[in-house]
Amino acid sequence: MSGPFAGFKWLALAQDWSVFAEGFLTTIIVSILGLALALALGVLFGVIGSAPSKVCQLANRCYVEFIQNTPLVIQVFFLYHGLPHLGIMLPVFSVGVLGVGFYHGAYIAEIIRAGIQAVPRGQMDAAQSQGFTFWSAMRYVIVPQAKRVVFPPMTNQAVSLIKNTSVMAMVAGGDLMYQADSWASTYLHYGPAYVVTGLLYLSICYPLAAYARRLERRMEVSL
Amino acid sequence: MIQELFKPELAWFLFDGLLVTLEIAFFSIFLSLFFGTILGVARFSNHVIFSKLATLYIETVRNIPTLLFILAARFMTNLQPANAGILAMTIFTSAIVAEIVRGGLNSVNKGQWEAARSQGLTYVQTLLYVILPQAFRNMIPPLMSQTTTVIKDTSFVWAVGIEELTGKGMIIMGKYGSTGQVFAIFGTIAATYFVINYVLSVVARAQQRRLAARSY
Repeated sequence: MSGPFAGFKWLALAQDWSVFAEGFLTTIIVSILGLALALALGVLFGVIGSAPSKVCQLANRCYVEFIQNTPLVIQVFFLYHGLPHLGIMLPVFSVGVLGVGFYHGAYIAEIIRAGIQAVPRGQMDAAQSQGFTFWSAMRYVIVPQAKRVVFPPMTNQAVSLIKNTSVMAMVAGGDLMYQADSWASTYLHYGPAYVVTGLLYLSICYPLAAYARRLERRMEVSL
Repeated sequence: MIQELFKPELAWFLFDGLLVTLEIAFFSIFLSLFFGTILGVARFSNHVIFSKLATLYIETVRNIPTLLFILAARFMTNLQPANAGILAMTIFTSAIVAEIVRGGLNSVNKGQWEAARSQGLTYVQTLLYVILPQAFRNMIPPLMSQTTTVIKDTSFVWAVGIEELTGKGMIIMGKYGSTGQVFAIFGTIAATYFVINYVLSVVARAQQRRLAARSY
């Protein structure tokens, strides 16, 4: 009995369950904070990108194109290995939050911009003719209507964000992937470690993905 | 000094990494198109077992980080490093492509099925000659953006020491560690990814516009 999934390897893992629990907790906390940051950036840049001002649109394009066209790994390495040269030492935890937050913020900005564009142009004209400024029309008329279209893809972004927190493993971030990888390579018990890790990620991502699908279906019916 | 970086051997060193990145991305996408189409058609079909199995595969793989497959492919198989990278990326990307294929199949009008079947084509013939060619048109834009994602995500294989573009850059940074040099190296790598992906996304958007114009 010494296959990759031998019984004694599972027992060893069961004894060290706290290693995985600790990583899982870090992953969840980083995901929540990262998502909050991504939402804030996404709404900000999504609305800016729909503004008539050319400067606003340029700011949106720079952010979105740069982030979406370079790998998350490079961005995180820059935060971790690059910024200390400027005297900015971030703890890995913050590197994780900022990394996934900025990365997915760009995707959410695009989702929000598309959602705003999906609201008929007449809504903005009507609001402005009633004396709303551009920004207050956005706030009270356009964004509330855009929310409905935006929700399902946003939920999918949340799933990707949770999965992408695993990038922290590449900078010794103490997240679930890092804990699993270092535990597995210490004892060479890869099989059980990877299966348990996969199941833990599934346990948070699958319900979210299923929820996104339900929202999508409900939207198709209501449209 | 940044000037120390202007050496042909460093450029070649990075170029080797770029080739590994493109090699892994190319083979992963190619294989994923094949397996993803099979999975997507299986999930789309009404066959009880095939559909359930494909759904199980897709939903499991889609909700697990790619990095886990990379670790498993590297440490639990005897494959060459680059091949382990291709295996891991293919396992993951197939599930995404499958969903794109299913979306494409759903976008084809039901009447096309009925018309083809009523002309005596079998299920497989209908799929191959009537439905898939039409579905493929709607699949091109999401496939292009998935290609960008694959190129970016190959950088995760550096976690298991496969020396692709990111990895080569980090190795150079280990030797040339002054502030200016570090930023120059980051800039070069980021710019390389950016140019490749930006060109791809411009092509994808042009394609999308052409398809939108031609659709009926």
